[in-house]
Amino acid sequence: MENLTFQQISAEILKKSLKSVELTQHIFGRIDKLESKIGAFISLFRERALAKAVDIDRRLAEGAPVGPLAGIPVAIKDNMCTGFGATTCASRILGKFSSPYNAHVVDQLEDADAVIIGKTNMDEFAMGSSCENSALQTTVNPWDINRVPGGSSGGSAAAVAAGLCYAALGSDTGGSIRLPASFCGVVGLKPTYGRVSRYGLVAYGSSLDQIGPISRDVYGAAALLNVIAGHDRRDSTSVDESTAPVKDYVKNLDHPVENLKIGVAQEFFDVEGLDPEVEKAVREALQTYEDMGVALIEVSLPYMKYAIAAYYLIATAEASSNLARYDGVHYGHRTSRPKDYIDVYSSSRAEGFGDEVKRRIMLGTYALSAGYYDAYYLKALKVRNLIRRDFEQAFEKVDCLMCPTAPETAFKLGEKTDDPLKMYLSDIYTIAVNLAGVPGISIPCGLSSGNLPIGLQIITPAFSEAKLLRIARMFEKETEHHLSKPFC
Amino acid sequence: MDVKLIAGLEIHVQLATKSKLFCGCKVGFEDPPNSNVCPVCLGLPGVLPLMNKKAYEYAVRTALALNCQMARFTKWDRKSYYYPDLPKNYQISQYDLPLSHDGYMEIPLEDGTTKKVRIIRAHLEEDAGKNLHEGLDHSRIDLNRTGTPLLEIVTEPDLNSPVECRILAQELQKLVQFLGVSEANMQKGHMRFEPNINLQIIDDDGREYRTPICEVKNLNSFRALERAVAYEEWRQLEEWKHDHDFTLEKMGKQNRGWNDARNETIFQREKEEAHDYRYFPEPDLVPVELDDDWLEKIKAALCELPLAMKQRFIQDYELNDYDAGVLTADRATAEFFDGAVKAGGSAKRAANLVTQFGLKTAHERNCRVNELGVTVEQVAQLAQLVEEGAVSSSAAITIFEKMLTDESDPKAIAEKHNLIQQSDAGALEAIVDEVIAANLQAAEEVKSGGKKAKKARGFLMGQVMQKTKGQANPKIAGELLDGKLKE
Ligand SMILES: [Zn+2]
Repeated sequence: MENLTFQQISAEILKKSLKSVELTQHIFGRIDKLESKIGAFISLFRERALAKAVDIDRRLAEGAPVGPLAGIPVAIKDNMCTGFGATTCASRILGKFSSPYNAHVVDQLEDADAVIIGKTNMDEFAMGSSCENSALQTTVNPWDINRVPGGSSGGSAAAVAAGLCYAALGSDTGGSIRLPASFCGVVGLKPTYGRVSRYGLVAYGSSLDQIGPISRDVYGAAALLNVIAGHDRRDSTSVDESTAPVKDYVKNLDHPVENLKIGVAQEFFDVEGLDPEVEKAVREALQTYEDMGVALIEVSLPYMKYAIAAYYLIATAEASSNLARYDGVHYGHRTSRPKDYIDVYSSSRAEGFGDEVKRRIMLGTYALSAGYYDAYYLKALKVRNLIRRDFEQAFEKVDCLMCPTAPETAFKLGEKTDDPLKMYLSDIYTIAVNLAGVPGISIPCGLSSGNLPIGLQIITPAFSEAKLLRIARMFEKETEHHLSKPFC
Repeated sequence: MDVKLIAGLEIHVQLATKSKLFCGCKVGFEDPPNSNVCPVCLGLPGVLPLMNKKAYEYAVRTALALNCQMARFTKWDRKSYYYPDLPKNYQISQYDLPLSHDGYMEIPLEDGTTKKVRIIRAHLEEDAGKNLHEGLDHSRIDLNRTGTPLLEIVTEPDLNSPVECRILAQELQKLVQFLGVSEANMQKGHMRFEPNINLQIIDDDGREYRTPICEVKNLNSFRALERAVAYEEWRQLEEWKHDHDFTLEKMGKQNRGWNDARNETIFQREKEEAHDYRYFPEPDLVPVELDDDWLEKIKAALCELPLAMKQRFIQDYELNDYDAGVLTADRATAEFFDGAVKAGGSAKRAANLVTQFGLKTAHERNCRVNELGVTVEQVAQLAQLVEEGAVSSSAAITIFEKMLTDESDPKAIAEKHNLIQQSDAGALEAIVDEVIAANLQAAEEVKSGGKKAKKARGFLMGQVMQKTKGQANPKIAGELLDGKLKE
């Protein structure tokens, strides 16, 4: 059953040839078998999911209407608030926090009749590139259990790759959807900033955070985006329909983009530490497009090399403020014997946050401090504008940009945990996309000699997700990389 | 020695919106603690603020009335500090691009002149909650107030006496009440003041000194404001007298608190120790770009301001300063009175009717003058009846009282209750003649102009009134009588 595609499974359920309950039970059977190895889920909603499945089957039997994701088992990253279960952000500081409300995307999934099976592991507060910063558990890569799934949405990517769900939601601030998608050999889409409401997404870097789908194939990503995209008045930064109407991302998915022009920048291949096998796979992917008659055009993104530096000032500055609310006063972890009220803050936070979160809070606090603001935060904003302009100029000449999603394949657990700067370089290809606010997708484009997935990143102008998905789908139709499966 | 007080004011005004600045919660602190809260104002994980457009409109209205320059582009900033009543541990405020700047406000001084006080800026921000300290080992936090819209208004240090500070605060209260943007109820803490004060001292040798600028935090009454400034004026001079190094250059700025019971300010901290608030642009809110058409609409709908109205009443309606002040104390009264004059009533008479009866009755009934159930047309007609001499001033009060329950026009009411004065000179002349003929002795006494003349005239007038059942116009009757007795 797990070998059926998203589209096929959806059709089976709607035809009533497969019961939603059966599928849900099957998925939980796989979870029972594999989850102890993978560690993708922080929480599971077995009863709730089965009840939902029963309801969907009943409605289908009665001929009553069902939503577009009827019966599809999906998972959500544990930084999206759910009015059921806990919301942990894989942090100790939230303690047993249970949100009184659903994130916008959770409501959208529920309305679409998706079956939410659980919430997935992540780097604490989405800060990390390997999922190892989770304070709660370890998630491994289904392709090699000694390797990381990538981060921060590592649980979601691993769950999809291991067939523990058909699609999942991740969030992407600097590559947190695309990097784990690349490492786990699945499709991961970061939509344009403002395309999906952030209401209920626990904020990390507010001006960069965006929720997006992770799935086995491009169709699944398109189907999920259909459901979660659109304006939500509760998120002022979500773009209203008159400015950027939501399209049906599934409708013309199989129509190739005519006269497609792909931009390739030399900067993409000058990256230090770019694994030759990754470069080879990406160049082959470009060749595949060329073979379809697509034009490759040389472009340049001269400011991209400053993206990581700018990102680690902007994202951490916002994070230092966003995470100020976790103080032990109103909810979450509180230190047991505070000396005074200042100690409630300092000890609760010292005990509750992990090292990487503390590192970023300190970095961000420093960047915003009087006397440093202009030299760091303000300068980073200027760099951000230059990067944005790099992309705008490139898109005057081409429809999309293509590059590796990550400079390498999944690395070993523990390999980079002692060297944060090395870890930060994993996001070298993805971060600029967040700074520019444009959409980017990672799709599987091959396996390394060590049988590890390699991701191709495709980037298009703001609010052109429909085109982005079609470009990705063109590749998928020509190749079979998305059909490769991990050991399980 | 020459000493000059230099003071500026920072004023927080709570705007009278139904809901909070960034969420849909009701504004109401009197409700049980933590009853007017939601995930947004509780600062729960994942929530986002949504700007209350009404609050923005109120702020713009006030800024326009303060003659401020309106920013076409304005943004929100986060001001970071840790405090239990601030659930997000940052306050959404406006830092370098406030919604308005560079205005002024005219205030009436006690000598009858007005003074222009410059406004540096006015911006919107959210209020914090309230810590309820209960004993030594714990505090409780009430977040009902969290997220309430506040307008912060900052003046230049153009104020030179405690009284001027108080007048500015009172005028601002009147202004925001007039504009309908705030109840500005002092008992409910709708206005809070933070004066910054220092002295410019020129000693007998012509040397100039400036004492340290002290900011007194959180004053919530006009009285406290005036007294805190007066106290600082005294204290700073004393300190300087004691030590001439008590200067801004040497001591810097400081924050002080106000002890109302002891009537003095208390040192809190040097300003240099103040927080680094780490302001940065609020990424969850989009900047506000002012729409010119919308701004024009707000401008067009702006009412006449209290001071301008008062001056118009004095100039155009020839009211005295006191009456004009009473009538412009609140907008409802001012507009009601103005409406009566515009409907054709004599300004002087309408002013008397409104101040002597209308306001008193409204006060008794705990409502506004315009809510008494009497129309401006009725008051205008009544004022005209008095002006024409058709009814006496005292009868007018009686008629006003009847109008509270009787919708008829005042003339009809007057007729129904026999309150019309006899002003027909011909008819009155016959009565005057009759009275003189019947009281020749008294008439003679008046004519002789002796000691008893005044009393005798009063007696004759009384007779006229008696014969007309009190309805004779006393002015006309008196003139007739005087004319007859001169012959
Ligand atoms: Zn609220």
